[in-house]
Amino acid sequence: MTERVLLKNTANPDFHRIDACLAAEGYQGLTKALRKFSPEEIIQLVTDSKLRGRGGAGFATGLKWSFVPKETERPKYLCCNADEGEPGTFKDREIIEKDPHILIEGMAIAAYALGVETGYIYVRGEFDFGARRLEEAIREAYREGYLGKNIRASGFNFDLHVFRGAGAYICGEETALIESIEGKRGQPRLKPPFPAIEGLYGCPTVVNNVETLACIPHILLRGADWFKGIGPEDSPGTKLYCLSGHVRNPGVYELPMGIALRHLVEKHGGGTHSGKKIKAVIPGGVSAPMLPESDLDIDMDFASLAAAGTMLGSGGVIVMDETTCIVRVAMRTIGFFHHESCGKCTPCRDGLYWASKLLKRLEAGKGKKGDVEELERLCGNIFGNTFCPLGDGAAMALRAAIKHFRDEFVYHVEKGKCMVS
Amino acid sequence: MSGETGMPPTDFAFTSGNKKLAKAAVAKYPKGRQASAVMPLLFLAQRQSGGWLPTAAMEHVAGILDMPPIRVYEVATFYSMYNLGPVGKHHVQVCTNLSCWLMGSDEVADSCRKTLGVDFGETTEDGLFTLSEVECLGACVNAPMMQIGDDYFEDLDVTATEGILNVLKGGGTPKPGPQGAREGCEPAGGLTTLTEKPEAQGERSGEA
Ligand SMILES: Cc1cc2nc3c(=O)[nH]c(=O)nc-3n(C[C@H](O)[C@H](O)[C@H](O)COP(=O)(O)O)c2cc1C
Ligand code: SF4
Repeated sequence: MTERVLLKNTANPDFHRIDACLAAEGYQGLTKALRKFSPEEIIQLVTDSKLRGRGGAGFATGLKWSFVPKETERPKYLCCNADEGEPGTFKDREIIEKDPHILIEGMAIAAYALGVETGYIYVRGEFDFGARRLEEAIREAYREGYLGKNIRASGFNFDLHVFRGAGAYICGEETALIESIEGKRGQPRLKPPFPAIEGLYGCPTVVNNVETLACIPHILLRGADWFKGIGPEDSPGTKLYCLSGHVRNPGVYELPMGIALRHLVEKHGGGTHSGKKIKAVIPGGVSAPMLPESDLDIDMDFASLAAAGTMLGSGGVIVMDETTCIVRVAMRTIGFFHHESCGKCTPCRDGLYWASKLLKRLEAGKGKKGDVEELERLCGNIFGNTFCPLGDGAAMALRAAIKHFRDEFVYHVEKGKCMVS
Repeated sequence: MSGETGMPPTDFAFTSGNKKLAKAAVAKYPKGRQASAVMPLLFLAQRQSGGWLPTAAMEHVAGILDMPPIRVYEVATFYSMYNLGPVGKHHVQVCTNLSCWLMGSDEVADSCRKTLGVDFGETTEDGLFTLSEVECLGACVNAPMMQIGDDYFEDLDVTATEGILNVLKGGGTPKPGPQGAREGCEPAGGLTTLTEKPEAQGERSGEA
């Protein structure tokens, strides 16, 4: 049976208040960290837990933290990525709005481990309610002595601020996020140097996703072995899966990593809302290549999905029933990436412009012979040639749509109309 | 782009209340890093100017932060939440991204067009409404949805959309959040298949 960890308290409508948290286990992980662990021991604990980042790339959290230089004159920074822009994703919002203190606690523990005294939570601009919730929770945490100077009389200082984005998907990419906090356009930076060495204001910086940081207090309280006992060995823990699209029970589901996609969609999601057959499922936000119905018997973890040519990404699972026009899905998805391209590199900026234009033409029934091949050629020119993974994600998503549903694209070209609707 | 008088305002200064908020925003960042406050200050300026950023407001922000004005224009033009021209009192933003489209954002968009008499990118003649199409707002669980001002309106259908817009037209305040009685995205006409109770292992908490 599955234990709820991250969403344990979200059903309590008062849990955004510190009183409710403190009456449960609130801030006990931080207190334990400060009393019983050295910073190095916490990094070791997180490494031992095998926690992998929940923001999309699945990078090992303990390893990322270990890259931050210990002896340095420069200040260090911790940034929480709450940009949550990947279409189909709405899990971090759940934590921010309903249990903001678990995030604050996770950040305080991470800051102690990393020797950080200032942190920023980058919240997407549209999450007005969530940002206000976080600001209120931060005020409460200062008042109760879990933020600020000399926290719990340990000598550890940590200041935390909310930074609000302004509607740019690319600012979810960690170096673009850093540029944005510096007051610039959100365009990715060249890596290396990685943020752990040169990040915010040129100083060592760790960027972690909301869900990643929310795991930390639980790992502190229950230990690495407990965490490793959930889900597959190489990427343990629970995961917040977001179910949306043509599904009967859309929602955020907390289940072990590695649950079978079919089980997630059919049992937990209740199948399609229409009762019609599933046509395809996107497993990790629109950047993740779609899987046709026949491929749904796959485990939802980083390695299994990567082996199938797609990815766990943000855990945004979008279900499409048999009435869905895949050409239109591709058009909308590429339209999104084209709109959100930051414009820094040509393959992404121009390639997506042309791909989007071609798809619009196809979708409108005005496609020409050779258009499908042209789209594939464009994907080939974009993939592997872009400055950041946005362009790659777009190309992979489009390639998968054509690969699995080529007949629909060809039908649009030859018949000038849609095969399914 | 022109304001009410037909000309964009030529000067702008923060109100004393906003001056204080601006100071507090700058204080969140290390000394010499005041440029980090450009985004919050632009939001303040936008709110004070009735929902958009005249050049004079951007220049005022540049002056406070000791930034070359071009750096401020760059930021204002990069991020989609800054409006570079006047918008209506109510900025209606309909998400048409994948999850919302699958659940009927076309109907929501059409209903907005019909009720307001304008298309995406346009403002009603009385200056009350601007209609925009936006990318995913992270509320796919209650798709389709739209944002008006700071509030999310979710689980929309044609009736709910018209209702919300008509309340605003009449000067009222519609209730934000999920609309209607259905739970999540259950079909209004009742379930047709898979009617057995799904295995209640994990937790869903999407509806609230
Ligand atoms: C185009 C793009 C968008 C991204 N959007 C997000 C996002 O919204 N939230 C997030 O946490 N990570 C996002 N990421 C991943 C971040 O770059 C980074 O890997 C992550 O925040 C690291 O946190 P983690 O190690 O805890 O996963 C995005 C990456 C790319 C390339
Ligand atoms: S791939 Fe796209 S988003 Fe990334 S740097 Fe290039 S233009 Fe910008």
